[in-house]
Amino acid sequence: MLGAIVEPGFFTSSPVQLAAEVGAVVAIVAGCVGVFTVIRGQSFAGEALGDIGATGGSSAYLAGVGPLWGFMAMSVTAAAIMELIGIQRPRGRDVATGIVLGAGFGLAALLLYLDSIYDNTTGATVTILFGSPFALSPSVLPLVAVLGALALGLIALLYRPLLLVSLSPELAAARGLPVRLIGALYLLALALAVALSAVTIGAILSTALLVGPAATALQLTRRPGRAIVAAGMLGVGAVWLGILLAYDSHGWPVSFFVVTLVLIAYIASRALPSRGRGR
Amino acid sequence: MVNAWIVATIVAVVGGAVGFFVVLRGSAFVAHAVPNGSFAGAAAASLIGVNTIIGLGVFSLGGALGIGLLGRRGRFDVATALTLVFMLGLGALFLSFSVEYAPEIYSLLFGEVLGISTNQLGPTVALALASLAALALLYRPLLLSCALPDSAQARGVGPFAIEAGFLALVALATTMTVPVVGTALIFSLMIGPPAAARAFTTRPWLAIVLSVAIALVVVWVAIALSYQTNWPVGFFVGTASAAAYASGRTWSFARRRRRAPREVPPGAPPGAPWLKPVNS
Repeated sequence: MLGAIVEPGFFTSSPVQLAAEVGAVVAIVAGCVGVFTVIRGQSFAGEALGDIGATGGSSAYLAGVGPLWGFMAMSVTAAAIMELIGIQRPRGRDVATGIVLGAGFGLAALLLYLDSIYDNTTGATVTILFGSPFALSPSVLPLVAVLGALALGLIALLYRPLLLVSLSPELAAARGLPVRLIGALYLLALALAVALSAVTIGAILSTALLVGPAATALQLTRRPGRAIVAAGMLGVGAVWLGILLAYDSHGWPVSFFVVTLVLIAYIASRALPSRGRGR
Repeated sequence: MVNAWIVATIVAVVGGAVGFFVVLRGSAFVAHAVPNGSFAGAAAASLIGVNTIIGLGVFSLGGALGIGLLGRRGRFDVATALTLVFMLGLGALFLSFSVEYAPEIYSLLFGEVLGISTNQLGPTVALALASLAALALLYRPLLLSCALPDSAQARGVGPFAIEAGFLALVALATTMTVPVVGTALIFSLMIGPPAAARAFTTRPWLAIVLSVAIALVVVWVAIALSYQTNWPVGFFVGTASAAAYASGRTWSFARRRRRAPREVPPGAPPGAPWLKPVNS
């Protein structure tokens, strides 16, 4: 009966296993950071850092270095710039994010253009933007695990202050918490998390794992700790199911399935009756 | 070459005008999400063999409405993010069906101003006029709903109707501009120049005029430089928009610093040593 759901060779294929392992690590990290992202309303920053990271990835391709380092360098730099522009109110902050993103995209355009002139690798655009989880090399897993642990460690360190600053900035400031510093450190964790997921399911689609499971979890529970656990589980589930469906479909991209599953989960959670959540 | 200048001017006018409201309403993410997601429509259109613009239009409108519906109660930025990635996921799916489309992704993302043909002029002008007409129609309701949200509702214009109208306007404006500047960069034009304009003036109609003017400068400079260096137009648009934004912010900052020392407590002699700038 299992054969009806799963194509032959699924459980023994090593690219599939690697994709599942890396995907699971990424989903857990993204889910955790994502809960804070959703609470703080910074989904745009998460998406922007992923897109800007793609610039770093493509320039890394140019230079012959592994894309992950390019991603990270670029997204951390962008996060630093966003923080330097330093607007705290959401509207102005989104405009600042958009400006940095626009400049970053422009840079990406230039780099890809130069890349195609000097190197003839036009496939780079697609790979970086959409990702190819089945084509990962095994050396990626330890790297992803270490960087993921780093991002999670940062969040764990900042947990209580970050929670207060995210939920009630005025109260946090009144208590003497360094709001801007905490915000900057959160952006750093976000940049790391985004670089991770961009490597596996692609820069543009890393937003899905960051925002979707976390938003769904926050619809189900108000307690941040539980939301983080739920987000991680939802993310891992979406990634594994997405991998299975992609494998069965013989060629449809993993990213499509993961994103669709994430969206369905969110819509379903919105349809549930509100348990006195309020808005 | 003349076509490029004409179309680019149109793009700047529409982008600068619509962008004023994008910045006013804090809809920067929407302005980014709608054109980026619509590129999946272009991929679908080329699969079926239909004109790209139709695909772009359908998907940008669908995306805009999807954002509106999903974000109706609850987190708007989450709705925008998930709608965007879903459309991009569809785009990835369509792309996986046919390999031949892959090289065109680049020009769809980053623009191909210098390759505009004469028979694209007509539709572009028509869509531009439609966008400006829609903007004129929505002008008062939009301003009202930003300044006095409850008053707008009392006058019988529901907030969701305004939101839907605004989203559709963004979809329309981005559809016609995407072939020129590219999905990735049209929103730079909708954010940088208007944000700069708002730093210089708070009066709406003046800000719109200024926003269009700055957008025109950005686009013309971008085309000229792209023509010279052969580098993509999108790069110059992104950089110039950022420069415009930076100058606006610098101006605001300088104006605040200049004003602050004049906040003199009553009865104080001028030039007193304890004059401190007001923290803003």
